[in-house]
Amino acid sequence: MDFHHYDDRQMLADTLRRYLAAEAPVEARNRVAYGDTGYSPAVWAGLGELGIAGALFGEDAGGFGGSGFDIMVVFEELGRALAVEPFLGTLMAGRALAIAAPEHAALAEIVAGTSIIAFAHQEPQDRAAGDPLATRATKVEGGWSLDGAKAVVAQAEAAALLLVSAETEDGRSLFLVPAGAKGLTIRGYANVDGGRSAEVTLRGVVVADRVAADGAAAIAEAEAAGLLALSAEGLGAMEVAKEATIEYLRTRKQFGVPIGKFQALQHRIATVLMEVEQARSAVINAADAFDNKSGTARDRILSAAKHTIGAIGQLVAEEAIQMHGGIGMTWELPLSHYAKRITMIDQQLGDQDQHLQRFIALGRS
Amino acid sequence: MDLRFTPEEEAFREEVRAFLRDKLPRRLSDKVRHDHTLSKADMEEWHAILNARGWLANHWPVEHGGPGWSVVQRAIFEEEAARAHAPRVIPFGVSMLAPVLIKYGTEEQKSRILPRILDGSDWWCQGYSEPGSGSDLASLKTSAVRDGDHYIVNGQKTWTTLGQYADWIFCLVRTDPKAKAQEGISFLLIDMKSPGVEVRPIVLLDGDAEVNEVFFTDVRVPVGNLVGEENKGWTYAKYLLTYERTNIAGVGASAAAFDRLKALANTLTRGGRPLADDPLFAARMARVEIELANMTTTNLRVVAAAAGGGAPGAESSMLKIKGTEIRQAITALFRRAYGPYAQPFIPEAFEEGYNGEPVGPEDAGAAAPSYFNNRKLSIFGGSNEVQRNIISKMIVGL
Repeated sequence: MDFHHYDDRQMLADTLRRYLAAEAPVEARNRVAYGDTGYSPAVWAGLGELGIAGALFGEDAGGFGGSGFDIMVVFEELGRALAVEPFLGTLMAGRALAIAAPEHAALAEIVAGTSIIAFAHQEPQDRAAGDPLATRATKVEGGWSLDGAKAVVAQAEAAALLLVSAETEDGRSLFLVPAGAKGLTIRGYANVDGGRSAEVTLRGVVVADRVAADGAAAIAEAEAAGLLALSAEGLGAMEVAKEATIEYLRTRKQFGVPIGKFQALQHRIATVLMEVEQARSAVINAADAFDNKSGTARDRILSAAKHTIGAIGQLVAEEAIQMHGGIGMTWELPLSHYAKRITMIDQQLGDQDQHLQRFIALGRS
Repeated sequence: MDLRFTPEEEAFREEVRAFLRDKLPRRLSDKVRHDHTLSKADMEEWHAILNARGWLANHWPVEHGGPGWSVVQRAIFEEEAARAHAPRVIPFGVSMLAPVLIKYGTEEQKSRILPRILDGSDWWCQGYSEPGSGSDLASLKTSAVRDGDHYIVNGQKTWTTLGQYADWIFCLVRTDPKAKAQEGISFLLIDMKSPGVEVRPIVLLDGDAEVNEVFFTDVRVPVGNLVGEENKGWTYAKYLLTYERTNIAGVGASAAAFDRLKALANTLTRGGRPLADDPLFAARMARVEIELANMTTTNLRVVAAAAGGGAPGAESSMLKIKGTEIRQAITALFRRAYGPYAQPFIPEAFEEGYNGEPVGPEDAGAAAPSYFNNRKLSIFGGSNEVQRNIISKMIVGL
């Protein structure tokens, strides 16, 4: 039993933290996060040079990490810095591609962090697990023709490639669609918590090859990695919100004393501190399950983590704003952006209720 | 990061399991499993079995009769014993008094008292709380006035758990009424058979009388029964309160109870289907299951830190709060699970040898009393609100 990260991994985390603190402090982050591109190409390139994308993949995919705990440390640091660079798409689409088409030429650039890929799987109409997608692909002369719509695809405008899921007669297939493809519309927009996403529409988009005829396993891998990553990102953001709130309780004075003297606030912060430790344990469990369990057993623990992060994230975000009082409501204070990001993580890849239901359902099967 | 135990630790776990399989009497584990009342003889029987193996005082130094276990081994033992529905070790002598004596007692006190704790000759109880001193323990008023080679003790202690069985009580008494609250307190050992000691049971809301009031009227206590220095008792009391905290989360007991709850939810029905398939009940259970899984890792993180030499600070308060919240949530689910059959109250049915006609599903009658009884968890050992004060003071620092 050892709850320290191994040296290499801790060094990766430290390097990432130092880089983001220097190159993407929250003011700079906010400028780009709420700006036209929704991420910083310079920071993305810098992180690419540091090998951060490569840490998300195993050696067989050309990376040098790829374990659950690698994903945990990277996304925890990204969460601490509220980074908006397109790592979630890199991780999810890249891991899917590494399973579905390990020989694909695009993979090397994704793992190197030189090419941006978006994972276009989620659709506007949420469906029961296993029900067919609305996006369909049919065989045509010269390849496959795709029709459908994908919802809130993170950083789709920035992506050179989209990994798109679509139903075919062979099952749930995966296709790589280049950004400029004919019939592809990307309607980008800002997100409330920074960064940009897009509604992706496909109308008769023709691609020559299909990446995978049956992409179910690749999609499951992408979702598992995504759940772990978002949970770790949420944890990192919560840690910062917690630290900021502790500092505020020490320094803000009312009625002539630091407000941390008041028991009403002491008890609230104690609960936050305790629950953040529970959240960390949930992410540790998830990273461990990602590496050492498979199938239902793994997914159940990932859902437990995403549920935990959703529920505790809501508590931390709301309590942090409440304990900051009016200033916590302002755009100027970094804390408010942390609260927004923490809250929005519960909207991504299934919220606390959906994952509670999945946890129950997987426990029955 | 590696959540696995070492092969040596896994081998130790097997050794503990084998011991529990061979030595834990089914009669006792059945009582624990069904929430039935353990008699004094039951508790003494289990202590004797553990002591015969050298495992009763598992955190004591080897020279005093401890097995020399690591923090991790202790955590494994606590978990396995709880999962096997072993009775708990009565903590007052083994886990509360003994560490204080080992650190602060005289050689004479150690050699006189410790062996008698191990072999069961003496049953100890704890004299801390008073009617006017609960969370504000330092305000205690029971007085000890020096008279030659004795102290004369007058006052009242309360919430004295299992005091009705006790031969001895360790007490916090006020020896300097003029000093600041914390500075005039001493740590005194009192023979319960002394003239002037009177024990009166307090019946709790579940009908059980596990706690007592203890009255002292001009009780003469030899000065040799003072532990450490006069007026330094508060230091020893605090040491006692923070000493044995690896098991404070009660993860093993909660895990064992949750497994029983899960099995129960598959056998009981609600609305014509298994209770486990009722979406709202299933959601309540799932939340607890997830919190417990998180807690299990939180607890191991603290254990690992302690094994690495870290002193438990705010962590033990966190484990206490979260651990008791989870345990209470489970007892509430048992109560809910039985629906109307939580209401019939037949306390005789919890006693050994009861042959009456059962009412409702097996164990239904114990669910509500157990739920009510376990409200104590968030009150005793420093209420969960006091624990929140401690966490905040340690981390915010105000």
